[in-house]
Amino acid sequence: MFSLELFLNALVIGILLGGFYAALSIGLSISFGLLDIVNIAHPAFIILGAFVCFMFNSAFGFDPILVGVAFTPIFFILGNLIYRIYYTSFEKTGATALRGLAFFFGVMFILEVALSMFFGVDYQMVRAPYIDYKLEFGVVDIPFRMFVPFLVALIMTLGLQYFSSKTFFGRAMQAVAQDSFALRLMAIDPAKIKRIAFGISLATCSVAGALFAIIMPIEPSIGRLYIGQVFAIVVLGGLGSQNGTLIAAMLLGLVESIITTFFGPSWAPAVAFSALILVLAFKPTGILGRAGDTRG
Amino acid sequence: MKIYKLITNMLVAVAFIAFAAVAVAKEPIKIGFSMALTGGLAGGGKQALVAIEMWRDDINSKGGILGRPVKLVYYDDQTKSSNVPGIYAKLLDVDKVDFVVSGYGTNLIAPAMPLVKNRDLVFMGLFGMSNNEKWKHDKYFQIMPSGPDPAVDFSRAWFDTIMQLNPKPKTIAFVAADAEFARNLKEGAVKNAKRLGMKIVYNKNFKPGTPDFTPIIRAINATKPDVVYVACYPPGSAGMTRAVSEVGTKAVAFGGGMVGLQFAGIMKGLGPKLNGILNYDFYVPEPNMNLYPGVKGLLKRYKKIAPSRKVDPLGYYLAPWAYAYVQILGDAINAVGKIDHAAIAKYIHKTEFTTVVGKVKFGTSGEWAYPRTLTVQWQNIKKQADLQQFTQPGIRKIMNPAAFATGKVKPFNSLR
Repeated sequence: MFSLELFLNALVIGILLGGFYAALSIGLSISFGLLDIVNIAHPAFIILGAFVCFMFNSAFGFDPILVGVAFTPIFFILGNLIYRIYYTSFEKTGATALRGLAFFFGVMFILEVALSMFFGVDYQMVRAPYIDYKLEFGVVDIPFRMFVPFLVALIMTLGLQYFSSKTFFGRAMQAVAQDSFALRLMAIDPAKIKRIAFGISLATCSVAGALFAIIMPIEPSIGRLYIGQVFAIVVLGGLGSQNGTLIAAMLLGLVESIITTFFGPSWAPAVAFSALILVLAFKPTGILGRAGDTRG
Repeated sequence: MKIYKLITNMLVAVAFIAFAAVAVAKEPIKIGFSMALTGGLAGGGKQALVAIEMWRDDINSKGGILGRPVKLVYYDDQTKSSNVPGIYAKLLDVDKVDFVVSGYGTNLIAPAMPLVKNRDLVFMGLFGMSNNEKWKHDKYFQIMPSGPDPAVDFSRAWFDTIMQLNPKPKTIAFVAADAEFARNLKEGAVKNAKRLGMKIVYNKNFKPGTPDFTPIIRAINATKPDVVYVACYPPGSAGMTRAVSEVGTKAVAFGGGMVGLQFAGIMKGLGPKLNGILNYDFYVPEPNMNLYPGVKGLLKRYKKIAPSRKVDPLGYYLAPWAYAYVQILGDAINAVGKIDHAAIAKYIHKTEFTTVVGKVKFGTSGEWAYPRTLTVQWQNIKKQADLQQFTQPGIRKIMNPAAFATGKVKPFNSLR
């Protein structure tokens, strides 16, 4: 069944899919990867972002991505507020492990119920002029439905990488992950840095939600399907590495697409997760994780 | 004086006893169930709940069951089958309900089966696929009109329909979501394809949550099937429809068991991309569906309630069937005249009921005695985001069964 046309299309779709997975995971690479906060509600926040886009798209016809970008400050503030509660209730008292996880489980359920009450439980879809178009390069098709989210995801991921490596706050975020005690010695409040970082992590959910709604129909609990996937990508990429997350997402997207095309879709998750185990067996810190990072 | 006092006391006592007796007589008949009010199947579950409550209000306005008002006791199963056994144990042992009916869907009916079988209770099922195959419970009755052999009969009309195409299709590709209902559906469809001597060129499953289906459609196209049978849940159905629009196909029929294309939000979102898809359905606003007495009135009332309950605004897919499965239970209890599960089950087995979904007769397994799943083809959809067009006839024309037919099947691409 192998043909060059199938292979090239599988390759292109795999890369586009990887971009989408990166958008879903990049925020988690900050909260889980850098801050060590097991935010299991991350996909639920993405769905919140998706429903915000749906609301403005269906009522006013606004472009979902524009809505997603416009709402990043609101999500940032929301992230700040949630981190304050988390910090006061758990981190300050040192009870972050299981109770922190339970906290985010609770946040996830509250979000899902709130979405159900406000939007109902039916599947909803957004509209945008580019969703129905595709670019054709010979035998290769590039659907805009996947290409636009890929571009946005790429910009977001590279932007975040630049932010975390070149700006003061970005470096402080990295530092808080490495040695928050040393940060205190330099008169920097690690809790404040973490609060801002968590806000950024949630701000990405607003944009990722827009991309999610463009690619598939949404309902309040659909985020649950992606909990395992986003955590796997962050671990595979290397905790705290945005570039690693991007590479891992691309790898997963490519494996899924190629396996689906040539061996059948039911093999795709098994092969993708086998790749994860294999990488972690040879490099326990993930693709771009630091060797000394004990959290890996 | 003493005699008067004695008589007064006796009268008071008699009045009290009479009042108490009336109060006992008026104690509600409790019907318990679990329902998916959150989670993946909540769209259907909430729609079903609205319809069940409409039936409760209707029956209570007519004096209830056995002269007693009906009270519903229900809990959210969160679309998690692990929650179901506990809910039914609580309904029976703590809430002391008189009857239990199922929640929505195969996966949420299955976990309740051991308990209802063990307690030997009448159990009405709502859209379950082959749930009684293993248990052979003689008091189980299921409302989805799949037929006596549900998995096979469900797609029988679809295969009969594609055989009306000229030339007759010879090869077929199967693709299904990796979940119980979709797999069952596909297995039944495979049997139908073999019965018709069709050659299977592709047969694969995909994981729920797959975001993009273009690689699957391309892989299917590479096998050059004459027809494609798809069995999946709403996100997959929407994804498949978009993917086939982007990639295209030379198959003359596409669809079959795509759950979710009947939901208002998805119909509205996909619009003209649905044109040509040949799929199953249970109720569509076509003129021949007047064979279902009272369904139009029911849906008219449902549409008024739907916005405030934030459920599917049309209610075509599930509301009539959710109403009918409790309607049958209520009619049977009233006919038997007492709460006797064995007698009620016997009555349901032997009776042909007239319901909002027309005549209903159950076979020995508790499934419909004959299949009445519709095969419809999407046609003439002009606009996206226009829900109103889907309430008009001519959009989902009925191809099968013949008694309901409002159109003739056309090749997939001729309608694109």
